[in-house]
Amino acid sequence: MLSKRIIPCLDVREGRTTKGIKFKDNIDIGDPVEMARFYYENGADEIVFYDITASSDKRDIMIDVVRRVAETIFIPFSVGGGIRSVEDMRKVLLAGAEKVSINSAAILNPDLIAQGAKAFGNQCVVLGMDVKFTGKSSGIPSGYEMVINGGRKPMGIDALEWARMAESLGAGEICLNSIDADGTQDGYEIPLTAMISSHVSIPVIASGGAGKPEHLLDVLTRGCADAALIASMVHYGTYSIPEIKSFLHAGGVKVRNTW
Amino acid sequence: MIAIIDYDAGNLASVARAVSHLGYANVVTRNVAEIRSADRIIFPGVGAAGSAMTSLKRLGMDAALHEAFLQGKPMLGICLGTQIIMGFSEENQTPCLGIIPGVVEAFSPDICDSDGKRLKIPQMGWNRIHIVRNHPVLNGLKEADEFYFVHGFYPVPAHSDHIVGTTRYGIQFASVVGYRNILATQFHLEKSGRPGLAMLNNFCQWMP
Repeated sequence: MLSKRIIPCLDVREGRTTKGIKFKDNIDIGDPVEMARFYYENGADEIVFYDITASSDKRDIMIDVVRRVAETIFIPFSVGGGIRSVEDMRKVLLAGAEKVSINSAAILNPDLIAQGAKAFGNQCVVLGMDVKFTGKSSGIPSGYEMVINGGRKPMGIDALEWARMAESLGAGEICLNSIDADGTQDGYEIPLTAMISSHVSIPVIASGGAGKPEHLLDVLTRGCADAALIASMVHYGTYSIPEIKSFLHAGGVKVRNTW
Repeated sequence: MIAIIDYDAGNLASVARAVSHLGYANVVTRNVAEIRSADRIIFPGVGAAGSAMTSLKRLGMDAALHEAFLQGKPMLGICLGTQIIMGFSEENQTPCLGIIPGVVEAFSPDICDSDGKRLKIPQMGWNRIHIVRNHPVLNGLKEADEFYFVHGFYPVPAHSDHIVGTTRYGIQFASVVGYRNILATQFHLEKSGRPGLAMLNNFCQWMP
C-alpha cells in the first residue's frame, strides 16, 4: 500500500527562507539547505521550495540553492515560483529538483503544461492551483474559481474544469491551495480537496490551512488527498513530523514510519 | 569506476549525486568505450520505453549492455532501466533488451485498494517491498522500509526465480528483479532516503 505523503513547504526569498525554523531549542535557521536537511532527517516524504524572490535578476540564486539541496537530501523535492517557460523548468530540473511546479504561468499559457510534460515527462510537472470559494454559478459550476497573484486576481476559470484540463494536458500531479484556508491554521478546505481529488486520476497534494495533526488526518481521509503540505505548524516547532506521523498512524492512515 | 548510462532518458544527475555521496567514483556516459572499461554499470532512466530503446540503439549501447552482462559485470537497473532489460514492453509496444525474460505491463486503470477505492495511476509515492528471495544488494533492509516509486508500468518476469521482491499496489507486482549479475528495482533507490542509499551502497560492493 502506498503511504500518504507529508510535505513541508519552504518559502525562499533571495536564497533565504522567509520563516526561519524556530525549533524547540530555539535555534533559528534561515538557510533552506539546512532546513531541508533537518526535514529529510526527520521523516519528510518530499520537500517543496517556493521561490518568492521578487526581482528576476536575483532568480539564479535559487538555482544554486536547488543544486546544494540536491547534494544534501535523497528524497524527491520540487520547486515552484516564477517558472514561466520550458527553459525555466529545465534549469530547475538540471540543478537537481525532481519536479517543477507551475501556477499562474500555466493559466496564462496552458500549453506550457504540455510542453513541459513532453520535454521532461508528466511526473516532473506539478500544477499549482490557487483556488477561492465563490459559490456555484453558471460560469463557475463547481463553486470554486482559479485566482492568481496570491489570490488578488480572479480569473473566471472553474477550478474543477481547470484541474481536468491540466491533467489531460499532461500534468503529473496537482498541488491544490485554498486561498480561503491559507494562513488560517484552521484546517484544510475539505470539500474542495475531495471534489478535485475524486475527479482526477493524478495525485493531489492538499495545501493551505494546516494547524494541527487532526487537520492532516481529516484531509487525508475525508478530503481524499494523496499528500498534505505543511508549513508554520512545523517551522515554528509546534509539531514535529514524527509526532504528526504517529498521530496519523494511530488514526489509521498509512504513512512511512521508518527513514 | 561505475558507469551511469546516459541515453537521453531523463535527468541522471541525481543517481550520480547519490553514488558520489556514498564515495564511489562514477561517470555519466554514453560512450561505449567507457562502458566497456567500467567495473560496474548503473542503468537508470525515466520516460517512455519506445524512445528509450530508440536512443539506446542509435548510440550503440544495446550491444554494449549485452556484452557487459555476459562478462559478468555487476549491473543495476532503476525504474525505466528495469523495464528496458525485460524482453518486451507494452508501452509503445517496444521490443526491449531481453536480458531478463519477461514483459512489462501497464497498471489496469481500474485497480483498487483493499477497501475497493480506485487507485491513481501512475503510482507516485512511498511503498514497501516484500523480499521473496535473499540477495546481497538487499542485505540489512527491514520489511518496514519504504521506497519512492513513480511508474505506470511494471516488470513481469517469465520465471518466478527472477523475482527478488514484490510490492502491492492494487496488485502484487515484481518491484525488484534479479538474474545472475544484474539486479533491477522499479523504485528510485537514489530518492528513497536511508534504505535506498543502503541498497545503492550494497550494489557498489556487490561481487556476483
